[in-house]
Amino acid sequence: MIEVKNLTRYFGQKPAIQDITFNVEKGEVLGFLGPNAAGKTTTMRILTCFIPATSGTAKVAGFDVFEQSMDVRKHIGYLPENPPLYLEMTVESYLKFVGKIKGVDSKNMKKQVDKVMDLANIENVRSTIIGKLSKGYRQRVGLAQALVHDPEVLILDEPTAGLDPKQIIDVRKLIKNLGGERTVILSTHILPEASQTCSRIVIINEGRVVAEDSPENLMRRLQGNEKIYVEVAGPEEAVANELQGLDSVASVAREKETNGKIAFIVESIPNRDIRAELAKTIVQKGWGLFEMRPIGMSLEDVFLRLTTKEEEVLYS
Amino acid sequence: MRNYFAITNRELKSYFVSPIAYVVIALFVLITAIFFYLIISNFVQLSFRYTMQAQYYRMAPPKLNVNSMAIRPLLHNISLFALFWLPLLTMRLFAEEKKSGTIELLFTSPVKTIQMVLAKFTASSILFAVMLVLTFFYIISLFFFGNPELGPILSGYLGLLLIGMSYIAFGLFFSSITDNQIIAAVATFAFILFFWAIGWMSGFVSPGAGAFLEKLSLINHFDDFAKGVIDSGNVIYYLSFTFFGIFLTYISLESKKWRL
Ligand SMILES: Nc1ncnc2c1ncn2[C@@H]1O[C@H](COP(=O)(O)OP(=O)(O)OP(=O)(O)O)[C@@H](O)[C@H]1O
Ligand SMILES: [Mg+2]
Repeated sequence: MIEVKNLTRYFGQKPAIQDITFNVEKGEVLGFLGPNAAGKTTTMRILTCFIPATSGTAKVAGFDVFEQSMDVRKHIGYLPENPPLYLEMTVESYLKFVGKIKGVDSKNMKKQVDKVMDLANIENVRSTIIGKLSKGYRQRVGLAQALVHDPEVLILDEPTAGLDPKQIIDVRKLIKNLGGERTVILSTHILPEASQTCSRIVIINEGRVVAEDSPENLMRRLQGNEKIYVEVAGPEEAVANELQGLDSVASVAREKETNGKIAFIVESIPNRDIRAELAKTIVQKGWGLFEMRPIGMSLEDVFLRLTTKEEEVLYS
Repeated sequence: MRNYFAITNRELKSYFVSPIAYVVIALFVLITAIFFYLIISNFVQLSFRYTMQAQYYRMAPPKLNVNSMAIRPLLHNISLFALFWLPLLTMRLFAEEKKSGTIELLFTSPVKTIQMVLAKFTASSILFAVMLVLTFFYIISLFFFGNPELGPILSGYLGLLLIGMSYIAFGLFFSSITDNQIIAAVATFAFILFFWAIGWMSGFVSPGAGAFLEKLSLINHFDDFAKGVIDSGNVIYYLSFTFFGIFLTYISLESKKWRL
């Protein structure tokens, strides 16, 4: 649905993005994750035909953003970083205006406007002047605006900025539901947001893609050595020694004891899945295995590591 | 076409929800009304004096022409005054959208740049036409007191509309190259004033260049309209000026999308 190839954009001598390449399949929700000034907005502006790339190509819904910009625009709903609102208009008249310039039929207009006001939960302010709305409400009007012509592709630049926690949860849910029938790219620098709403994440830093994967895989790839949490009913000392004795185990630490079940954190040597081996060993010894799960590193850690100097961790 | 009407409509409405438009229109009408009053009362005094003199010498009272002695100078005044006034109406056209970010909505919608430019131009021109119509009413009042010729008044208003459109086209252009409304207004004003003033400079250069400058100047094409003559050359001059301003606006916006 979206194909981005070697996209580069300079502002003067300074590259804002360099050689960005990624694809988004139909129905996917892609998270565009990166710290400030990473180049998220720049990439999105190129995809929405607002600015041209210096080099590289991008296609949206099969149309080239540079050569066939009018076709691309018809298929995209875009929420810029600052919601593009005419403050002197009422919510409803604004949405109608956007509907008109996005090509919504007059006979469908009322239906569409009502629908997006319902989705964005702004019916109660439909006759309010936008300039009088709070920041969170303005953000929601911006979101409604992006949806009014039922676009196949949605590009949302920091859609939850300015919302309160409950609204954030609502908007994330909404975006997640939009995926499936629509293709969504959303940018954020909030990790939980990306991992909760997106099926895939592209991490970008200083204008370059540093990683691209599902949230789970990203975490797994980052873990040099996997940590496993196991709960065993058995003699503490013996269990610890036995596990430590396995070839692929790097370390064993006793966590806690509850009702005779002892919890251990077992760390593997790099890039080895030791769960099967652990289970086999424990069961063979006749001890009780009550629980076993990998302890993932949070995306927050991934992000910190990615955007500090440790990108190489990902590719080791 | 739909886009064009949608944007024209939105622009007009946004003029009328802000107090600025009302203030600009009301002051325009008020100030031109003061010109009108001064010029007419001067004219009345003059004709009164001539009539008295004629009676004294037992001659037929002279026929003073209200068209050439009152209406023509008034039209000239309005055309100059619009130069100061119209930049205030055009300064926001693109500059405000750039500042607030709504430009990002327009330029990512399936709307052609030329539709946007023409829509904004139309909205401002309509507003200016409304201002002219309001001043028209007190000129009409002259028909109750005398018998001015309607022809030169109508042609004069056509001239005003055309010269106003030239101002608006360049106001639009300067608004499209900055996000600062004040800069847009001042640049428009300076530019148009320059095109007025080059007519006055014609005396200081060689005759050939002087004639060229006079041809180029915004004022020299107006007087015929005020006299009641609609000369196609003058109409073409103002339309070309307008077209050029619109063309520059289009290029300045479109160039943002070029790969350099
Ligand atoms: N119009 C512009 N002119 C000059 N430089 C620009 C322009 N727009 C962006 N940049 C530069 O390009 C780089 C990337 O900016 P961009 O806005 O794409 O980052 P971002 O990832 O959206 O950041 P944020 O999270 O703060 O929104 C920055 O260094 C920025 O200064
Ligand atoms: Mg940004």
